[in-house]
Amino acid sequence: MRADLEIIENWIEPNARVLDLGCGDGELLAHLQDAKSVSGYGLEIDHGNITECIAKGVDVVEQDIDKGLASIRNDSFDCVVMTQALQTMHRPDVIVEEMLRIGRECIVTFPNFAHWRARFYLAFKGRMPVSKFLPYTWYNTPNIHFCTFDDFERLCVERNIRICERTVVDHKLRDRWWIRLWPNMLGEIAIYRITRQV
Amino acid sequence: MPTSLPADSVGLVTPQTLHFDVPLALSCGRVLEAYDLIIETYGELNEDASNAVLICHALSGHQHAAGYLSMDDRKPGWWDSAIGPGKPIDTNRFFVVALNNLGGCHGSTGPRSINPETGKPYGPDFPIVTVKDWVNSQVRLSDRLGIQRWAAIIGGSLGGMQAMQWAIDYSDRIANCVAIASAPKLSAQNIAFNEVARQAISKDPQFHKGHYYEHDVVPKTGLALARMVGHITYLSDDGMREKFGREMRAGKLSFDFDNPQFEVESYLQYQGERFSTSFDANTYLLMTKALDYFDPAAEFDHDLVKALSHASCRFLVVSFTTDWRFSPERSREMVDALVAAGKSVSYAEVDSAHGHDAFLIPSPRYMGIFTAYMNRVADALGLEPSTQKENQDAR
Repeated sequence: MRADLEIIENWIEPNARVLDLGCGDGELLAHLQDAKSVSGYGLEIDHGNITECIAKGVDVVEQDIDKGLASIRNDSFDCVVMTQALQTMHRPDVIVEEMLRIGRECIVTFPNFAHWRARFYLAFKGRMPVSKFLPYTWYNTPNIHFCTFDDFERLCVERNIRICERTVVDHKLRDRWWIRLWPNMLGEIAIYRITRQV
Repeated sequence: MPTSLPADSVGLVTPQTLHFDVPLALSCGRVLEAYDLIIETYGELNEDASNAVLICHALSGHQHAAGYLSMDDRKPGWWDSAIGPGKPIDTNRFFVVALNNLGGCHGSTGPRSINPETGKPYGPDFPIVTVKDWVNSQVRLSDRLGIQRWAAIIGGSLGGMQAMQWAIDYSDRIANCVAIASAPKLSAQNIAFNEVARQAISKDPQFHKGHYYEHDVVPKTGLALARMVGHITYLSDDGMREKFGREMRAGKLSFDFDNPQFEVESYLQYQGERFSTSFDANTYLLMTKALDYFDPAAEFDHDLVKALSHASCRFLVVSFTTDWRFSPERSREMVDALVAAGKSVSYAEVDSAHGHDAFLIPSPRYMGIFTAYMNRVADALGLEPSTQKENQDAR
């Protein structure tokens, strides 16, 4: 299983109702169903992934998250998860607000655009960073709203969002002690657990 | 005469008629003292009767859902694309039951049947039956067949409505509900189209207020018109453009009203004509009423979430992009209510140019989803995985 999914698993209560935005082939939910008896759904638009979810016994609803989540009621999930999709949204801020509306807690993961490799690429090559981990060029990338950890945390402050927990890892999703020294420079992926400030 | 049938067919099938003599109370307040239901079955019921799948038919459907009635049958049953060995509803694993609903004209008790009180055909006196009544009659059928709990109840359009009603009314007797190209109730536009169809039939001079059997005539014109209107709503604008465009039969305008000039006119006339000789007008009226009246939320303060909160089965909901009779939005109403009620549901909106008819037409994505879901149903029940074993009978 993907390492970030393992970290997420630890943050989810047994028997929770979980909504996975952009659930892919349903790997996380399938695992959570077995390991933690969670119930819930994935939202997905990729046709192959949808069939794969159904084959796995993961409930999946074909829905474009970018078109909103208005059909889902307030506080109807214990946890709303979105892994590696925030940067592909037209309005990441709106989707984060929506996640907090429908879920008691939210888990978000995204790549850090202030990682030293990206900074180095842009500073010395003068071009948009391309890496094995993020292999797209600027004109065909689905990642239209890159941000840094600092950017995201600033958004949380502005919008009154409480960060309950944060884990920063490298692109192989390993938790390294030195990343903690300067996460915004050394971390490649962040996993945040957030909730509405009360 | 062909000497063999396709390998993935259920083969030759024979319908059977079951008689029920325990009175059935209907929604309209009347009681059907006794009735027949005609069914077909495919595959074999396993020892604990856990592999049974019920197929509910749509407006003009019937019990002949798959296979061939004789070796020189030109076409297989109406949902042969989905039912058979290795198909989504895999008859190597499932025991499939398809029936003709009450009020039908293919062998179950309906307007053409003799009313025991008068000794004459029921005609217009056959009681108005609802989706709920059909489900109640299907429960009796389940009991007769020894099926306590259906592995799945599956239907498209009006058939999907029956599956949904089962999920609400008999939650302990259905494990999976598959509702394809369906809706939680009809819209004003849907009812309007049905009313045009009914008016076309009842205004036909041959209709005789529904007593046309006694006059030995059939309101063919009205029934054909009803079918033509209905048929337009089953197709999509894109699909019709693709299929007919503005193609003309003679290649040029004839400046008269005598004959169909555009291909689409001729096609509709042919469909109407064919239907009017094979279907019963009173049944058509009944079926459209059952559609109009379907509204399971009505009993629950018009709250679909409340209605569906009674369900305990898993749901698969599928819609088609160009279906404007029961559009994807209508399926979404069901899905959203199921999510709000915390029920297990998967939903897919399949690209198709075929409009409402798409639920009868196999396409790779549709069949892929259907197969994946049904395999999961079979796996969860521990049914034997599909083997390529030949279906020996009938070949």
